[in-house]
Amino acid sequence: MEGVDASSIGIWGVPLAVLGGAIRISTPFLFVSLGECITEKSGRVNLGLEGTLVMGAMSGYGVSYLTGSAWLGVLAASAIGALLGALHGFLCGRPRVNDIAVGIALMLFGIGLAFFLGKPLIQPSAPRLPSIPFGFFSDSPQVRSALEVNVLFLVGLALAPALRWALANTRSGMVLRVVGEGAEAARAMGYDVLQVRLLATVVGGALAGIGGSFLSLFYPGSWNEGLSSGQGLMAVALVIFARWDPVRCLYASLLFGGASALGPALQSVGVTSGYYLFNAAPYALTLLIMVLSSSATEASADMPAELSVSR
Amino acid sequence: MTAAAEVVRLESTLDTSHVRARQPPLSLEAVGVSKRFGGLAALDSVDFKLTPGSFHALLGENGAGKSTLVKCIMGFYQADEGKLLVGGQPITVKSPKEAQRHGIGMVYQHFTLVENMSVAENLVLSRADVPRIIDWKKEKRELEEFMDEMPFRISPERLVRKLAAGEKQKLEILKQLYVGSRIVILDEPTSVLTPQEADEVLGMLREMAYQGRVSVAMITHKFREVVAYSDEVTVLRRGKLAGTGKTRDLTPEAMAEMMVGAEVPRASLERRELEGAAKFFELDKLSANDDLGLKVLEEVSLSVAAGEIVGIAGVSGNGQDELVEVLAGQRPTSSGSVRVDGKDYTPTRAQMRQRRVRLLPEAPLKNACVGNMSVAENIGFRCYDEPPNTSLGWLVRGSALRSRARAAIQEYGIKAPGPDAPIAGLSGGNVQRAVLARELTGEVNVLIAANPCFGLDFAAVSEIRTRIMAARNSGSAVLLVSSDLEEIFALSDRILVMSEGRIVYESKASEANMADIGRHMGGAHH
Repeated sequence: MEGVDASSIGIWGVPLAVLGGAIRISTPFLFVSLGECITEKSGRVNLGLEGTLVMGAMSGYGVSYLTGSAWLGVLAASAIGALLGALHGFLCGRPRVNDIAVGIALMLFGIGLAFFLGKPLIQPSAPRLPSIPFGFFSDSPQVRSALEVNVLFLVGLALAPALRWALANTRSGMVLRVVGEGAEAARAMGYDVLQVRLLATVVGGALAGIGGSFLSLFYPGSWNEGLSSGQGLMAVALVIFARWDPVRCLYASLLFGGASALGPALQSVGVTSGYYLFNAAPYALTLLIMVLSSSATEASADMPAELSVSR
Repeated sequence: MTAAAEVVRLESTLDTSHVRARQPPLSLEAVGVSKRFGGLAALDSVDFKLTPGSFHALLGENGAGKSTLVKCIMGFYQADEGKLLVGGQPITVKSPKEAQRHGIGMVYQHFTLVENMSVAENLVLSRADVPRIIDWKKEKRELEEFMDEMPFRISPERLVRKLAAGEKQKLEILKQLYVGSRIVILDEPTSVLTPQEADEVLGMLREMAYQGRVSVAMITHKFREVVAYSDEVTVLRRGKLAGTGKTRDLTPEAMAEMMVGAEVPRASLERRELEGAAKFFELDKLSANDDLGLKVLEEVSLSVAAGEIVGIAGVSGNGQDELVEVLAGQRPTSSGSVRVDGKDYTPTRAQMRQRRVRLLPEAPLKNACVGNMSVAENIGFRCYDEPPNTSLGWLVRGSALRSRARAAIQEYGIKAPGPDAPIAGLSGGNVQRAVLARELTGEVNVLIAANPCFGLDFAAVSEIRTRIMAARNSGSAVLLVSSDLEEIFALSDRILVMSEGRIVYESKASEANMADIGRHMGGAHH
């Protein structure tokens, strides 16, 4: 690509923009879906992660603005996420409490609270997260901007295979799976099922909070009420789509991110007809893949048996 | 006697070369153990002694206290009185984990394996000291070595979900040895197995006991298994020790008497023969699919004459549940037909009433009752919309239903606080009695019963069987589906065996042979 003139990229700008979009847009999807994957592996669904994501975005931006450090913002976002996760985990540990209902309540609570507390943060601008210019070799601004990779994405990239490994090769991972696959068996082995689920929900919330901080501190990179367009909820769906496997969560997030970038990318090369249609690409893609990959018998095999939707 | 008697005692073939430098099995002793729940004495000063390296059967009816005793030993409950000794040393056990530390392990009636994990993962996880990071290479090598020492092996790679029921039960037992248990307690380990699988599992256990690996205590109510496999037996009745001794010194009759006591008479199931009974209830090539759309009933054809009980035996999960669901109208058929007295029958409310088809489904509280509705309403389900229970053709008269229920409570001896009590508050036997009262009132042409006595105490069992027999003697065609062979033999005139959704065996009850039936249940027709 050395020395290629910007204007000569032409139609190649589309896949390049899709690649860049995949990397940028996928990061919140990736963190939320990895978090939800951990929570669901324990046999519980946290639908409140959309609220956690928005709270993470707000608090991350606020702390970054107040302290001048974007990384402190990320830390704060993960702490707030862990707190919301703990609230979900605690409530669901009470007898006769349904995790889906609690999740929906916490989603609305998180969004509402973030909007309320975040009012004064719409105007000021906070320090953003740094990125690594992997496109340094190229003169082309498209290439440079596409390969402007945020550190959080790299963290997520490493986290996915690490999680998959941990689920199969560590005590904590195995205990998590046992609790999600057979609560009775876990109790018979002497594990505290509620404790494990609480921890899994806390960790899931913390990761979702980090995903939120990416939204306000990197891309799009400011705080406003329209920041999340349901990424938190879609990430929960991604986990099902990825059949509860962290590495497949990564692929699914990339696919989703890429599909989301399709509309803007086509517009940038002059394809303007059907702009809104292309913006709906991720949703159409989800439906399509869900239909193609679903099976009456096989899909349920990967699903943690203790999930309240499968019981 | 059955095949059980033919099982050769292994004492003569005891091979001590297998006994390596391992911990010897332990003795276990419970002395004067008592446990009360509220006003009820579940255990009343019971003594139990398990000799090292022996196979001990713990026998008793439902509610006799077997499970309570075992739960006190395992630390699920704390005994109110009495003490436990392991290897002669007094111990206190506060949790199953503590029991494991003393070398006591338990195999439960239902599997405690994690279905979606491999055999290796299940075994490693069951250890008290799972390492933080698991070195699978090393673990697999050690598992192979462990399996090589065992009388039975299951490949560590296999997914538990894909194992057969018998293999799962063997894995449960292997798991106990793997974690180093020297006393293994089993709670009705063969209830989900075919007789052949049961023999393999129990044979393996006994071999392990004779090899000096473990002492085995098994809860059961199957005499066949007691006689064929145990060295010693302890019988409990109503929370008290009813007797104990060497199995070879006791006859099944003697054990049965210890179990039920001399004072309870066995229900006399008098059979009256009906002359010239025609085919009355017929299934013609009935097929149906399961919830996943897979074929679960394949062209099932059978007929039941008036005044006849046809028993369907089989290992659970071979289509019996679905057959009952089809006949109850809970599952659509894909082909075939059902006839009552030559007329086509589809299980709608109108036709059930017209053809007088009645049902005793399994788990009656779930399948035949609405738990939160009253006893009177539940008893009235078949007739609440008919006069005299309605006024003006649509208004249900609660008083009429209540008086009906009072009569039923009297006649069937249902122990209920009153007709207005919610039925879910009744004990299992009384729920079944209430359902019987509903289903057997009036004229009955066809009665379909599925495991009607499952989980009930002795008195309820004998009464319910007597009622079913009475229905037969008064001319009903009875189709009995049961996973309890003893029940099938006690009631049936003809016995069918169902396997993989097909009827694979048929015999008159008087000519039927347990070994043949067991073979067909296990799939010998292939």
